Amino acid sequence: MKPFTLLTPATVEEAVAMFGQHKETARYMAGGTDVIVKVKEGWMGPDYLINLKQIPGLDELHKNENTGELTIGSLVTHAMLEQSLLIRNEYPIIYDAVSNIGSLQVRNMGTIGGNLINAVPSADGAIPLIALDGTALLAGPAGERSVPVKDLFVKPYETVLTPGEILRKITIPAQAKRTGSAYIKFGRRAAMELPLIGIGVLLVVDEDLVTCTRARICLGVAGPTPRRAQKAEDLLEGKPVTATLLTEAGTLAAEESQVRDSVRGQAWHRKEMIRVQVRRMGIKCLDIINQKAQQTGRQV
Amino acid sequence: MTKTISFILNGDEISCDIQDHWTLLHLLREELGLIGTKEGCGNGECGACTVIVDQLAINSCLFLAADVQGKQIQTIEGLAVHTGSLHPIQQSFVDNGGIQCGFCTPGMIMSAKALLDKNARADKEAIKHALAGNICRCTGYVQILDSVEAAGRQMAGNQGKGAAAAKDPGTITQQSMNKKAGEVIT
Repeated sequence: MKPFTLLTPATVEEAVAMFGQHKETARYMAGGTDVIVKVKEGWMGPDYLINLKQIPGLDELHKNENTGELTIGSLVTHAMLEQSLLIRNEYPIIYDAVSNIGSLQVRNMGTIGGNLINAVPSADGAIPLIALDGTALLAGPAGERSVPVKDLFVKPYETVLTPGEILRKITIPAQAKRTGSAYIKFGRRAAMELPLIGIGVLLVVDEDLVTCTRARICLGVAGPTPRRAQKAEDLLEGKPVTATLLTEAGTLAAEESQVRDSVRGQAWHRKEMIRVQVRRMGIKCLDIINQKAQQTGRQV
Repeated sequence: MTKTISFILNGDEISCDIQDHWTLLHLLREELGLIGTKEGCGNGECGACTVIVDQLAINSCLFLAADVQGKQIQTIEGLAVHTGSLHPIQQSFVDNGGIQCGFCTPGMIMSAKALLDKNARADKEAIKHALAGNICRCTGYVQILDSVEAAGRQMAGNQGKGAAAAKDPGTITQQSMNKKAGEVIT
């Protein structure tokens, strides 16, 4: 591995200042599971590596019980999310997505921030945060700014972050009552593999438990960046959700996707799987909503 | 750049000079001579280099040596006691044929230890999930999973002798363990 000087800032501001000093000879590192591989393989060769791991507070994970807002610090590891009861019980779409990223060893090191900023089309971590209407808080030389997670990605390996900017945290607004969400990483195997296609669905229903008031259908590996299938979402909103309607939404999502042939699979296969899995994830959402409604009913 | 770091390695306090770009794997094998930890792919794909840092299994090939400052590291060398008797997981790999060529074994055992230290009653699904990042190219996975499951049973039993382990809140795994224990007895 090409030698580099490791810089260990104690605050985000100090990290930004270090980058300002060394400019493009410096790289930020979060969990290191991508950056170290790239340095080892010679795909990048920074003179300075700015280690964000030691900055206190960047790994905070908590829900504000008054506002219902969830905060995920950019250095929160996939394993922290996977093992959090809060995430498992209240944000199943995040649990589904992070619990099969890489391997346990990788999840113990790799961070949600790194997963987003690496900006691969298959980023499992991005899909749930888009579906949950997450916002990314960025800090850079010009100060702080907020960007919806859905607008973070420009093209493969490129985000809207300007040189020197750091992703500080992601915030998720309070979830509506009667929300269900689910994600599937579809492929030949789950561990140490990128998905053939990644499908996240989030549904909010009315008090009748069938009429959809909000739908989010998010796809990974279905285009250059993680994306929403908005025509499919529009189809669902305002209507009673049935398996037939979900199949129609899946068909629309497949049509508006930009899937292509690659080493992992063919475009037609990806389209078929979007069609099938949008329905299945939608049904899973309804199951979650109904289960919660029954539990609440029993408590009353 | 050279810097001095201190950490706890297999229970012993250690202080040494490192280079910024060294990985923990390099530090262990090339500088400290602990060659039980293996280098397979060097890219975090195979798990042969798995060690435990503050109770978490990680790929030491992707972990910078500088980041172990102040942390507790366990490697395969720290498992057997000095009198020579093997750790229950090691003994179970021997007893259940969980070893073929042996190259993946240290990584497998460290992944298993990180899991069983937290939950000795882990069921097969949990074991598979925890070991999914460890590749065995001899492909003797069934015996490896059996070895870990049997070691867990023994470790849970040992804990039970010391304290009231029956109050484990993990009801589902508890039930499945009881069923398996029952099958063995009858």
